[in-house]
Amino acid sequence: MTEQPEKRSPSPEQSPILSVRDLRVRIGESRILQGVGFDVAPTGTTALLGRNGVGKTTTVRSVLGLLPEDGEVTGGTVVFDGTDITGHRTHTVVRRGIGYVPEDRGVFGGLTVAENLTLAERGDGPHHYDLVHDLFPELKARRKQRAGTLSGGQQQMVALARALLNDNRLVIVDEPTKGLAPRVVTEVAEVLERAAERVPLLLVEQNLAVVRRLARDAVVLDAGRTVHTGDARDLLADRERTTSLLGVGRHEKPGTPETAGTGRSTKEATR
Amino acid sequence: MSTLVLLTLTGLGLGALYFLIASGLALIFGLMDVLNFAHGAFLTVSAYAAWRTAETFAGTGGLALAALVGTATGALLAIVVELVLIRRLYGRPREQILVTVGLSLAIPALVQAVWGADSRPFPVPEALSGTVGVLGAQVPVSRFVLIVAAGLVLAAVTLFLSRTRYGLIVRAGVENRAMVTALGIDVTRAFTLVFAIGGALAGLAGVLGGLYFGSLSPHQGTSLLVFAFVVVVIGGMGSIPGVALSALAVGLVQQYANYYVDGYGDFAVVVLLAAVVLARPAPRLAGGTA
Repeated sequence: MTEQPEKRSPSPEQSPILSVRDLRVRIGESRILQGVGFDVAPTGTTALLGRNGVGKTTTVRSVLGLLPEDGEVTGGTVVFDGTDITGHRTHTVVRRGIGYVPEDRGVFGGLTVAENLTLAERGDGPHHYDLVHDLFPELKARRKQRAGTLSGGQQQMVALARALLNDNRLVIVDEPTKGLAPRVVTEVAEVLERAAERVPLLLVEQNLAVVRRLARDAVVLDAGRTVHTGDARDLLADRERTTSLLGVGRHEKPGTPETAGTGRSTKEATR
Repeated sequence: MSTLVLLTLTGLGLGALYFLIASGLALIFGLMDVLNFAHGAFLTVSAYAAWRTAETFAGTGGLALAALVGTATGALLAIVVELVLIRRLYGRPREQILVTVGLSLAIPALVQAVWGADSRPFPVPEALSGTVGVLGAQVPVSRFVLIVAAGLVLAAVTLFLSRTRYGLIVRAGVENRAMVTALGIDVTRAFTLVFAIGGALAGLAGVLGGLYFGSLSPHQGTSLLVFAFVVVVIGGMGSIPGVALSALAVGLVQQYANYYVDGYGDFAVVVLLAAVVLARPAPRLAGGTA
C-alpha cells in the first residue's frame, strides 16, 4: 500500500505509524466525527487536542474498533503501519502492536495488580516486566493487592504498565492526568516521557503543561473535524491560536493541574 | 431431631442441584449479559441422554457412564446453541430472550414428542438406592452423592476462575468486557467456553436430578430453572461462592417450609427472594452495559 500525499508531514524522514484519513463516525443519530485526518509519527509523542466533546476519545476508540453498540464508522480509513485496519475487530487491531490506556483507565478492580498485568501479556512476548518494575516500583510491592483498592494515580500506573508490558509499535493514551493530584501528574508525565523514548505515543491530553513537555506534533479537533496539525510547541507558543482552538486563555506552569476554562467536567459524547 | 437431620440433608442435596444449574447461569449472565432461558432445556436433554445410557448399562458403572454422557450432552448442546444462535445476538438482549425462551419451549416439546409426556423412572443402581443412618435419621445415599458432586464442582470452578488464564479472562470480562478485547484478547472464545461449562454443569445436574427425584420428565429442567434463577438473583450474578451459599439457603428453606409449614416450600422461596431483594441497598440491574 502506497502512502497518500500529506498536507504536512509531521516527520518527513519516516512514514507515519498511524494514518487516519477523513474518518467519519456516527453514534446513534449523532455524527460525532465528520472528517478527522492526521498522522502519528513513528517516534516521539503526537498530541490529540481540542475542547471537550469534539471527538478525541471517539477518534481513538474508532481506531481501536471500540465504538459503542450503536456506533459506526461511516467513512474514511485508518492505516496502521501500512495495513488498512478500518473497522477491524478490537483484539486483532491491538495484536498488531497497539497499547491502549483508556480515559477511565480500564483497570480490573476485582483482579490483583499482578493479575491485571498477566492478563495484558500478549502472545509469546517478550513481556517487559523489568521495564515496568523499573518505571513503577510501587506496583511490584503491591502486586498482590486488588487493583480496585489502589488510588487513582496507582491505577493509572497499572493501566500504563499494561500498555508498556508488550512490544508495541504505538501506545494510545487517553487523558492520563485527568483527575490526578499535581504531584502525580508530574509522575505520570515523567513516565510518559520515558515511554516515548521506546515507542511512539498518541496522547489525548487537556493539561497543556504536560503537552508542552511531551509532544512534538499536535493535532487539534473541533466539532468532529481536524482543524490544525503541526508542531506542538509552535502551536502552544501562539497564544491567540491556542485560545481560539483550545479555549484556553493562558499558559500554565509545568506540572500544575489544569486550570478552569476548558470545562473538563463534561463527558465527551461517546455513548 | 432425626426429621431435622433428614430435612437438612435433603435440603442440602436439593441446594446442590440448584447450585449446578445456577452457577452456569451466573457465569453466562455475568460475562455475556445473556439470560439463558434455555438452560433448563439443556438439563432435560442431558437427563434423557443419561437415562438412555443408564437403561442400557446397568449398575454403578452404567451410572458413571450416564453421568459422563449427560455432562457431554449438555456441553455439546450449549456449544451448538452459542455458536449457531447466541453469537449473532450479542448486545441484543430482546432477541436473545426470544431465542432462549423459544428453545426452552421447543426442546422440551421435542423431548415429549419422542419419549412421551409421562415421567420415566430413572434407574438408580443398587449401591445408591439405600439409606445411611445419620443421628437417627435414615438418609438416602443419593443425597450425599449430590452434595459431594456439588462440592467438587464448586472447587473445580473456583480453581478454574482463580488459576487459569481463561478464568482470569472470565473474571475480567465480567467487570469490563470491552477492556478485555482492548488488551488483544478474543473474548468470544471465552464466551463459548463459558457456555460449554454452563451446559456441562446443567447436564450433570440433569443426571443428578434423575438420581435425586428417581424419575425424569420433559419439563424437569424448566421447573428447576425457575429456582435456579431465584438462586442467582439472591446470590449475585458475578460471584460463584455467593451462588453456592444462596443455593444451599434456597434448598434448605424450601425443605423446611415444605415440612413445617404444610407444603409452602415454593412460597417460602419467593418470600426469601423478596426479602433479599428488598433488603439489598443497591441491586445490580440486569443488562448492565459492559
